[in-house]
Amino acid sequence: MSARVLVGVKRVIDYAVKIRVKPDHSGVVTDGVKHSMNPFCEIAVEEAVKLKEKKLVKEVVAVSCGPQQVQETIRTALAMGADRGIHVEVSGKDYETLGPLQVSKIMAALAKKEEADLIILGKQAIDDDCNQTGQMTAALLDWPQGTFASEVTLEAEKLKVVREVDGGLETIKINLPAVLTADLRLNTPRYATLPNIMKAKKKKIVNVKPADLGVDVNSRLEVLRVDEPPQRSAGVKVETVDDLLGKLKEAGRI
Amino acid sequence: MLKAINKTHLRQLSGVLQRFQSTLVVAEHNNEHLTPITLNAITAACKLGGDVSCLIAGTDCAQVAEQLSKVQGVKKVLVAQHEAYKGLLPVSRTSVLELQLLGRVAAKLDVAPISEIIEIKSPDTFVRTIYAGNALSTVKCNESVKVFTVRGTSFEAAPLEGGGAAQEEVSPSAPVGISEWLEQTLTKSDRPELTSAKVVVSGGRGLKSGENFKLLYDLADKLNAAVGASRAAVDAGYVPNDMQVGQTGKIVAPV
Repeated sequence: MSARVLVGVKRVIDYAVKIRVKPDHSGVVTDGVKHSMNPFCEIAVEEAVKLKEKKLVKEVVAVSCGPQQVQETIRTALAMGADRGIHVEVSGKDYETLGPLQVSKIMAALAKKEEADLIILGKQAIDDDCNQTGQMTAALLDWPQGTFASEVTLEAEKLKVVREVDGGLETIKINLPAVLTADLRLNTPRYATLPNIMKAKKKKIVNVKPADLGVDVNSRLEVLRVDEPPQRSAGVKVETVDDLLGKLKEAGRI
Repeated sequence: MLKAINKTHLRQLSGVLQRFQSTLVVAEHNNEHLTPITLNAITAACKLGGDVSCLIAGTDCAQVAEQLSKVQGVKKVLVAQHEAYKGLLPVSRTSVLELQLLGRVAAKLDVAPISEIIEIKSPDTFVRTIYAGNALSTVKCNESVKVFTVRGTSFEAAPLEGGGAAQEEVSPSAPVGISEWLEQTLTKSDRPELTSAKVVVSGGRGLKSGENFKLLYDLADKLNAAVGASRAAVDAGYVPNDMQVGQTGKIVAPV
């Protein structure tokens, strides 16, 4: 296969950070907070690099949309084994309102421009939890989608995808070109080794603007405010089963 | 269904929505029963005002279409029956099916979809969780057609009686043939379904093995509870993925 894979990677607040809502409720505090590659995007990159190592694809291109800082995220993908990167420059208010609709249009435009055969994305970003970009990209390209993928194999020019669904697992076969979205158990992403991090510095990252791709990043969604969720009262730990039964009876639960 | 959602279908749907200021709910079912979460989605739809229509697609819809037409609040039931819809079967929560489907619909309509709404403040203002529920975002949607999924546990189920909806056949478009559904391995269980259970017993990595989960199963049987698991327990292989509760698993709302 002389295939080219496009992998989308998103820069998000690191999953281990405790997020704080801004006092003016306009959003979440991001300044000075540790950011990393979205964990599902790491899994997507790992899958793409694995396909290259199995010689099923020829080139892995990492794409990220955002301001200058997203170049770090692209470099991480390059250090994991992607061949080159594309930085789609979006900043300021446009970046704040950037969502699946705009990103999917960008990915679709890039897929056509780069003549990609496969797009792999994370199933969702851990900041907005949308879980839409993969599906929307597939629709714009009229490609089949293998979402929530936990296993992907190439069988006679088609992709067999095992998906994690609510009741268990589902297997589908889809034609190429296609869009896959990576679920948790698809693979375990590798740590970039120091030699690979050094090599990544020499790999190319090209800058493009959404307008160059014919994409309007204007959003018709407005975030009016962001709040903290209602405080939950703490649970109670008990020492014995009798204590537990006592407490449940007290609360009228049994 | 993915292969059948094409431009004609969408023009039909968006036509319905724009003409009548109405809401279309995509129903989930297993050919015999409506999935409970559809009733929660119908309640959410009723909150928007305007008429509520339901689309039901599958290989054998008659029984469920009948149940759906009796649900309070539903004005019209659109039935799309075709062999091509095989594989849309037992999906117990709105999310996986709906998230799969509605993203494609939204993209074709060129609108931004909104996932997992937990509250409807007005026909164009919604609340949803972000950062795994650590923050709540109030969003105003200025799209002409609003496409969204609702978190079932945030809305009451619509009563099953009291409605009298007319049924209408929708002719499905020819299969495009780019995806093929092969098989499903579903966990069979007599226990209550996680997302609608009133009592949930959950276990994590501390249980150290799949066999130890028997402790929870026995407890759950006594409490008539559903059993959930942390991501770590699922990753370690103690229990299957459909038991995962959390940001990327199921949402539970025990009473």
